[in-house]
Amino acid sequence: MSQLPPPDSEHLRAQYPEVFNRPVSARLAMPAMIVGAFAIFVFGLVDLDFSPARMLAGLHQLGWITLMMVPPDPGSSLPLYMRALGETLSIALLGTTLAAVFALPVGLLAAKNIVPSNLFRFPVRRFLDTIRGVDTLIWALVWINVVGLGPFAGVLAIAVSDFGAFGKLFSEAIEAADQRQVEGIRASGGNALHEIRFGLLPQVLPVIAGQVLYFIESNTRSATIIGIVGAGGIGLQLAEQIRVLEWQKVSFLILMILVAVAAIDWISGKLRFAIIGRRAVA
Amino acid sequence: MAVSVPLLSGEQLAVLSDAYHKAVARKRLHLVLATAVFLAALVAAAFGAEVNLRTFFTHFGNFVSYFDRILTLESGARVWTDIAEWLWGWHKWLWMLGETILISYVGTLFGAVLAFALNFFAAENTSPARWLRFTVRRFLEFARTVPGIVFALIFVIAFGLGPMAGVLAIAIHSTGALGKLFSEIVENADMKPVEGVRSTGASWISCMRFAVLPQVTAGYASYALLRFEINVREASVMGFVGAGGIGQELVVAVRKFYYSDVSAILLMIILTVFVIDMGTGWMRGRLFGKDARA
Repeated sequence: MSQLPPPDSEHLRAQYPEVFNRPVSARLAMPAMIVGAFAIFVFGLVDLDFSPARMLAGLHQLGWITLMMVPPDPGSSLPLYMRALGETLSIALLGTTLAAVFALPVGLLAAKNIVPSNLFRFPVRRFLDTIRGVDTLIWALVWINVVGLGPFAGVLAIAVSDFGAFGKLFSEAIEAADQRQVEGIRASGGNALHEIRFGLLPQVLPVIAGQVLYFIESNTRSATIIGIVGAGGIGLQLAEQIRVLEWQKVSFLILMILVAVAAIDWISGKLRFAIIGRRAVA
Repeated sequence: MAVSVPLLSGEQLAVLSDAYHKAVARKRLHLVLATAVFLAALVAAAFGAEVNLRTFFTHFGNFVSYFDRILTLESGARVWTDIAEWLWGWHKWLWMLGETILISYVGTLFGAVLAFALNFFAAENTSPARWLRFTVRRFLEFARTVPGIVFALIFVIAFGLGPMAGVLAIAIHSTGALGKLFSEIVENADMKPVEGVRSTGASWISCMRFAVLPQVTAGYASYALLRFEINVREASVMGFVGAGGIGQELVVAVRKFYYSDVSAILLMIILTVFVIDMGTGWMRGRLFGKDARA
């Protein structure tokens, strides 16, 4: 067995000064960041009233709650819960569709290759950012003031908050489209609308369809919670049963949500595959 | 330069165009069927969600005027004419916003640490045992499918009202989301270093520490920062169920019709979310180069 000669450390030091003689500031940066992050963490624990006693008592309580959750049992309210679940799915589907319909033209306006003027594009983008900065639950609160309690407020809340997200995603999809097809349409004498209709949309629509399907999926999750503030769906039942401490019903409702989300996941996965084909789109 | 395009003879052309028309007709039929199914689903959903266009249109004025009202002070002037009056509670609100950010920070860190502890067990290529992987994966799935606010509702009852419930709810939801993303990074890691370390007789833990970890830390940090951004938004509504943060103030202002307060709090939330977004974006750019901004 041959043996390697011992490395000549002096020579290595001379050859790679940047590895062996890093400035103190660079060497301290990482530990300092970790210490800083940890210090904020500890400050947070103290400031937010964490204490071992509370933690233990809470975990004890949580253990009891979990025990009381089995077996999941809807009692006599199964039809009511099924209807609430249907309401939730309806909210997700309608809200997402509405958002997509309204976001498409706005997405066009926010895309660099359609509206080259920065002056016009900037306010559209900031407007979309503002809408996205507000959580769906907050929109639900606002819409309840307008159309009253019920699932309709939920539909509008999901539509508005998705509108912001879709506007951004659509404009990004449009910017990523291949310009050569648009140029082809222009070369054959098409006007600006023809360019969008025949050059751009055929490229962009499959991507958009994939995104819309994905959002229907994630909105099923959002739609389960907007009921908590009174905007309809299964969340309303869930929040109520938690408040009256009916744990068996709570666990049954959570199971229903899990199954519904899994089912929607599966269906939209199949549909996405059918629409986009074998091309993998993120 | 004039070019003449050669045309096929009539019979050949007829066969081709026939096939073409058939193909187009089949495609159109599919499209029409899909549209019909989709529209039927929409109509069913409209009944399910009690959509009532009449209420919508009679009350749509409310929506517009709501924004008009939240932008008006009690004195009847526009809010921006008297900033001091509009943001009268800025001291309290800033404090609450600080609490909101702290909730999401502590929650994200908790979640990231837990996800870090679990993700090697969930990844296909590093998990020591099949049953372990299955259990950990189901747990992560559960933690990320149940919405954070549902956890918050339950934790408020178990741990009492206050930010602690919010932190734990965010922590468990982040564990689920980050655990999945982390384990995907590990699955994409190069396994050759692991073989190298294992060939020296190292234990499983040493393999993870010296072969996998150096490849994946940058990705972990990037996802954790992204999660922090999302969690700030989520923490801003935790107060709706009594789990701490600015949401409490907002829901009180909305329910009690303190109009100008609503717009002031919303403005502060939006600004905070902007600042956090830009800050974490900048940090990711600094730490991992431009392309890490996925």
